[in-house]
Amino acid sequence: MTLFWTKKREIIEIKAGTLLPLITFVAVILIWELTIRISGWSTRVFPTPVTVLQGFYELIRNGTLLKHSVASLYRVTVGFYLAVALGIPLGIIIGQYKPVKMLFNPLIQFLRPISPLAWIPLAMLWFGIGDQPAIFLIFLSSFFSLVVATAIAVESINPIYFQVAANFDFSKSEIVKKIIVPAIIPDVVTALRLTIAIAWLVVVAAEMIAVQSGLGYLILDSRNALRMDYVMVGMIMIGLIGLMLDMIMRRFVILKWQN
Amino acid sequence: MQNFNLIKAEKGNVTIGETAHSIGRKTENSTQHIKTPAAEKTKIGHIQIKGLKKEYINRRHAARVIGDPDVSGERVTVLDDINLEFQEGEMVCILGPSGCGKSTMLRIIAGFEKATTGQIIIGGKDVAGPSPDHIFVFQQCGLLPWMNVWDNVGLGLRKMQDKIAKEERIREYIELVELSGFEYNHPYELSGGMQRRVELARALAVKPDLLFMDEPFTGLDYLTHLKIREEVVNIHEYIGKTMIMVTHFIEDALVMADRIVVLSERPTRVKMVRKLDFPRPRNIVKDPGLSELRDEVFLMLGVSYVA
Repeated sequence: MTLFWTKKREIIEIKAGTLLPLITFVAVILIWELTIRISGWSTRVFPTPVTVLQGFYELIRNGTLLKHSVASLYRVTVGFYLAVALGIPLGIIIGQYKPVKMLFNPLIQFLRPISPLAWIPLAMLWFGIGDQPAIFLIFLSSFFSLVVATAIAVESINPIYFQVAANFDFSKSEIVKKIIVPAIIPDVVTALRLTIAIAWLVVVAAEMIAVQSGLGYLILDSRNALRMDYVMVGMIMIGLIGLMLDMIMRRFVILKWQN
Repeated sequence: MQNFNLIKAEKGNVTIGETAHSIGRKTENSTQHIKTPAAEKTKIGHIQIKGLKKEYINRRHAARVIGDPDVSGERVTVLDDINLEFQEGEMVCILGPSGCGKSTMLRIIAGFEKATTGQIIIGGKDVAGPSPDHIFVFQQCGLLPWMNVWDNVGLGLRKMQDKIAKEERIREYIELVELSGFEYNHPYELSGGMQRRVELARALAVKPDLLFMDEPFTGLDYLTHLKIREEVVNIHEYIGKTMIMVTHFIEDALVMADRIVVLSERPTRVKMVRKLDFPRPRNIVKDPGLSELRDEVFLMLGVSYVA
């Protein structure tokens, strides 16, 4: 390892940024392995890292892992985009017009705390088994938060910008395009990051009940087959994809004008 | 600022001035600020304020008066019977104790707020609302932070059809405030003084009839304050538009204004209107008339000034 030979502090620090998290992961795997060896539990109940890795290999080879990951990602993507496409414009309208806010806000605030999972029975009744109920649940999980976050972002725009717009004779659409949208982007990106994490949580839960595919279904199905190694593969995959989604969201918009 | 000194020195054959401000009236104005009243009546930069009154309703007070549906709140008079007239091309400075409603008055004249009663007539027409002909420079920074200097200066020129003329105009006004080279910088990358200059360029680029400035030097360090002040004086002399500035710096008013207005405490009335005919560039210390006026204004605002 070259980093211990160099005396330049910066290089060690840069390496430490990637090294330290790795140490944590390695430590967790070691403790995991040691626990099983010391406790003497059956690997059927508590699979070792090696068996999980084998499970990973098997599921990748026969294509199951890819199929279920794609199924989950597809549902999250569709449900999330639907929520974005409807929620952000509605939030912009609510944030701008007091009467619209009075019309919708109480309903939204009432529906928001109801867990999307509580909708599962109704969703299955309305949409049957398949992608639709899951997409509907994802949509519910993201929509209300996005509407509320966008509306608050619009309301908190510095009123001076609207006065500047009035002074320079902006049309209604110019106000939306040149003032509101750029002004709310930082808050909305934060909301998107939080929301996609929730959507990802919900899709796994929804797939355990409403559908026959996806990582949630993989976990449930593997439990029924008593394959705890596959259960763990599913969990690890969920974690990895969640991490990836957050990284994508974080890189989504890098705003030049933000200090 | 050297730019302006140059402009002042060789007034008449200024190259920027002729392309930027093609209307003949302006060159006339820049040499002579004081006009005959008869000719002003129809001028677009002529402002008349008649019986302006502004009341606010204090709703917090209303909430305390329970069970009285008629009382919708305590009425607070901010401006009471203000009558003023400003001539085309004048630089007017409005002074007054803090909280007296100077800014409110300016915002009403600019059309951002409605008067309770009274009339504001600009260029012979009643003020209906904000207008691109009357640009307001805000106390806080009014630049759009997501746009660079170029786009901010071009904000009022969106409807210009001729792309080349538009680009030329933007470039010209960025040059005017000496920010060439910063076209693609965003406001956060500029100092407070530079931001003010961008805002001035943006306001001037639309060639407004009137310019309103609400404490435009607030938040600047002292030297920048003086520099921007000099710049505003030069710009005014150069374009000859009516400018109305609210300030709490008495020295600024005395150095800059063609006319000063001193307001009283609430309910605010006009305490003094004075036309300043002092020669420019002005120096308060060296001009005994100005120092005398300064002491008078300070006294009027409740400070017995000791130089």
